[in-house]
Amino acid sequence: MNSLFPSIVSRSQSSGLMNFFVPIISIVLTLITGSIIFVLLGFDPVYALYTFFISPISSTYGISELFVKATPLALIAIGLSYCFKNNIYNIGAEGQLTMGAIFGGGIGILFHDTNAFWLLPLMIFAGAIGGALWGLVPAILKTKFNTNEILTSLMLVYVALFILDYLVVGPWKDPFGYSFPKSRPFSESGRMPLLFDGLRVHFGLIITLFLIFVSWFIFSKTIFGFQLKVSGYSPKAARYAGFNQTTLVFFAFAICGAFAGIAGLAEVSGPIGLLYRDISPNYGFTAIIVAFLGRLHPIGIIFASLVIALTYLGAEDAQLFLQIPSAVGFIFQGLVLFYLLGAELLINYKLTYKKLL
Amino acid sequence: MNLDLILGILQIVLIATTPLVFAGIGELVTEKSGVLNLGVEGMMLVGAVSAFIILVITGSYFLAFFVSILSGIIMSGLFAFLVLFLMSNQIATGLALTIFGIGLSSMLGKQYIGTPIDGLSPWFFVIFSFLIVFLVSYFFYKTKVGLILRAVGESHNSAHALGYSVIKIRFLSILFGGSMCALAGSYISICYAPMWQEGMTAGRGWIALALVVFATWKPERVLIGAYIFGGVTILQMNLQALGLRFPGQFFSMAPYVATIIVLVLISSNKLRIKLSAPASLTIPFYKGR
Repeated sequence: MNSLFPSIVSRSQSSGLMNFFVPIISIVLTLITGSIIFVLLGFDPVYALYTFFISPISSTYGISELFVKATPLALIAIGLSYCFKNNIYNIGAEGQLTMGAIFGGGIGILFHDTNAFWLLPLMIFAGAIGGALWGLVPAILKTKFNTNEILTSLMLVYVALFILDYLVVGPWKDPFGYSFPKSRPFSESGRMPLLFDGLRVHFGLIITLFLIFVSWFIFSKTIFGFQLKVSGYSPKAARYAGFNQTTLVFFAFAICGAFAGIAGLAEVSGPIGLLYRDISPNYGFTAIIVAFLGRLHPIGIIFASLVIALTYLGAEDAQLFLQIPSAVGFIFQGLVLFYLLGAELLINYKLTYKKLL
Repeated sequence: MNLDLILGILQIVLIATTPLVFAGIGELVTEKSGVLNLGVEGMMLVGAVSAFIILVITGSYFLAFFVSILSGIIMSGLFAFLVLFLMSNQIATGLALTIFGIGLSSMLGKQYIGTPIDGLSPWFFVIFSFLIVFLVSYFFYKTKVGLILRAVGESHNSAHALGYSVIKIRFLSILFGGSMCALAGSYISICYAPMWQEGMTAGRGWIALALVVFATWKPERVLIGAYIFGGVTILQMNLQALGLRFPGQFFSMAPYVATIIVLVLISSNKLRIKLSAPASLTIPFYKGR
């Protein structure tokens, strides 16, 4: 006879198979919980799930929108994986995104009547610099003053948002904008080129895929990627091997900040076309979920960004057709992360039934 | 400056700081047991919205606070289940709790934005916030259970070897933290600014987390830290109201910048942080069944 409840036994080696299945298990469990929530709200769950997850991507335009939303999520998440791999908890990507949009967008506003081929590359470069500088602040505070990076990077989000707010109601306000809190529109050459006519998916997607490929190369083929991984698994081993932890922290934060900054610039020079207050629907925070759901692996992050992008689109459709507040999207995002973290147990432990007799 | 003005400012500071004290002392107890819960902001928001909704529906202040605290217990119970029984990463799980709480609170509160309510006088809670800090301090340093809780936070393996139930003590500490965060949230939506607005806690949950570091995990110092932050917040509001020729946004960011500066000053003494932080903080306990 076996005992009724399984007991948790540590695995000698983490399970690669489970590493692959855990994200899938967590998505399935989220869908089941989601249908229960819809039933409780008094909706037909099949119709609600269809509205949430299928109808948003049942047209070419919908699929294009999915990539528009997935682009910043994937780009920030791959940046975050530089930090998370090394157990550096940068949760201020939203601020780094905002700073990238301010730096890059600032160039766009400065040259608002210039049409030249160099404008967009310059804006992208400035966006990367802005994000990287904002990311380096918690890195410096962590390495020089031993300050917890979780709290400082988060506080800097608020600071960055206030700076953006100041700029768009103050010095950068559109003089012809009827005193709305928004900047001048960028010139045509300061906008991300569209990939297809009539669809909003833009060149930022190509940049994102390129940076994901570069990151895959760095993670799997370079010493730097190896150092990140080792010091994440075992800081002691990394110290013994003589890896410089300070340098790793600086690089991880700078790369993550630069990627988030480019994502922010791609948003304002892509779908938006100018600077205003609400440039990001929490992409910087949601990307944390994408990074974990993708298990910090480039390919995983691509798939995870599409899944989470779908929760954004589904939430918009649910608000439109079912009159469910769009915040339900955040609930799904929170749930998927809960299930993922809970199911991670299966990677390092196994459940066994003890023999009682 | 006359006496009335000074007293007036003092009153406002007391009222504004109270939620920071509640959330800070709750998180401090959780961290003392060796668990870091980054879900403070999420639990505060859910606490705020549930209190508000119950007050609108029933009109009972008692029920509002009761249900709010219950919501904090449920939210933190979810967190406790994940980190204690499934041994999940505490930092990531806390973030998930905050994201989930932001979503849940804005969904529940959607139809209540702009609903007017009669606010409750804050003074009972202001006094209670001082009382709870001293009760927690007494509990930690004068009672046996408090000593056990601290031992669990310092070295869960030793506490386990002595026969104390690490999981049970951590579970209760997390629930206490959750209920205090929910109380802080309901105080904000019912006493401090009687209304509901999405994300109305405005980062106070994160400031509460910073307070625990500032206090170097000592209960009375949470009060000092909270009043510094509360003071800065009220000061910037007053300066903004004076209409100085200086953009308001730079005043609004003052509490967050002050938090960073204070954290840097406290943390730069590496030894002090190392000696005062609970040694088992964020380390999962696996009994090896």
